[in-house]
Amino acid sequence: MKTLLLIALGSALVNNVVLSQFLGLCPFLGVSKKTNTAAGMGAAVVFVITLSSFLAAIVYRFILVPFNLTYLNTIVFILLIAALVQFVEMFLKKVSPSLYQALGVYLPLITTNCAVLGVALTNVSKSYDILTSVVNGFGTAVGFAIAIIILAGIRERTEHNDIPAPFKGMPITLITAGLMAIAFIGFSGVI
Amino acid sequence: MNKIGERLYNGIIKENPTVVLMLGMCPTLATTTSAINGAGMGLASTVVLALSNLMISLLRKVIPDRVRMPAYIVIVASFVTIVQFLMQAFVPSLYASLGIYIPLIVVNCIILGRAEAYASKNPPVLSLFDGIGMGLGFTIALTILGLIREILGSGTFFGMSFIPENTLNIQPISIFVMAPGAFFVLAFLVAIMNKVKMKKNKPIVDICRDSSCMGCPSAAICSGRINKEVKE
Repeated sequence: MKTLLLIALGSALVNNVVLSQFLGLCPFLGVSKKTNTAAGMGAAVVFVITLSSFLAAIVYRFILVPFNLTYLNTIVFILLIAALVQFVEMFLKKVSPSLYQALGVYLPLITTNCAVLGVALTNVSKSYDILTSVVNGFGTAVGFAIAIIILAGIRERTEHNDIPAPFKGMPITLITAGLMAIAFIGFSGVI
Repeated sequence: MNKIGERLYNGIIKENPTVVLMLGMCPTLATTTSAINGAGMGLASTVVLALSNLMISLLRKVIPDRVRMPAYIVIVASFVTIVQFLMQAFVPSLYASLGIYIPLIVVNCIILGRAEAYASKNPPVLSLFDGIGMGLGFTIALTILGLIREILGSGTFFGMSFIPENTLNIQPISIFVMAPGAFFVLAFLVAIMNKVKMKKNKPIVDICRDSSCMGCPSAAICSGRINKEVKE
């Protein structure tokens, strides 16, 4: 239990997926103009990463390892994620239209989010078992959600600030993210 | 011949994937802790980009339109796996330092973006050179970014130390090889590009602004829905 908690905390704060591993930067920079859209994206990512790290761990453990096909893990995982996202989208549309309204637009964008594949591959490379994989996936995704919501909050506040013209848009967002990354380095003493 | 040269120029200068189109940000920031790492990542991506462009272009009339995305992903992932094993066998130290970012070449927006935007509509030879040009543009940008970070952050030039020992008490600014430094260096690089463009009265490219968004592989599915959502 204690190790699981440490893994979750480590992947959420210490090795934050965006700010120290640079995975999932496209949605981090692209969908962080408003806090509510950022929160929607964060929720969708938590949902998909937790589910996909569970399924990837099962497929790896019960299909790839017994048949000696572990070298195919990249191909299998990316197809699994793409299929999962499509399926989740259809499923939500049918079962819970309100949740689909909230998460729908973000789901297709997640397929090519490198954080999802990155978590699945990290789980394999660190040879986590299924439960640990799910905990690690959940922690990573929560870390993503925290980072994107904080960034969106800062961007809302700085939107009308007097910024030198060449720094408007992307560059100032990158500098904000860099300052956040410095702040997150402070967590490295926690564990 | 001219067309091939035009493709190379387009990839390296005119539509440079990193500094002009702003694609493939994850490997750009993560692997540029030194010039060698940046160049290694760039070259690995170039090989995958060129071969997958060639393959997709050869198969462009065979692949049905509705399943083209999964088909492209499988082709790209196969080449990535091949490159991954070759690197593991022949350059183990580079393989170790790039780590998880090699298999993640699969989800690099540049590769699927070029497959969708160019290779699926053009003949094989031109697609191959489009891939090579784009890949070299990516490699050059990554090497320069890596070099800047390496010089500032660890005081070395392609791995060779240039700070004279014991003569001056110079400490390299180690934050530049850490995560925040990547954001800062890229921010300044983009700001400089913006300044140059403003002098020439060209529009500034913002990430996920409609023009650059279309290069993203998700654009086929999302088609700017996210942007509309944000505007509302």
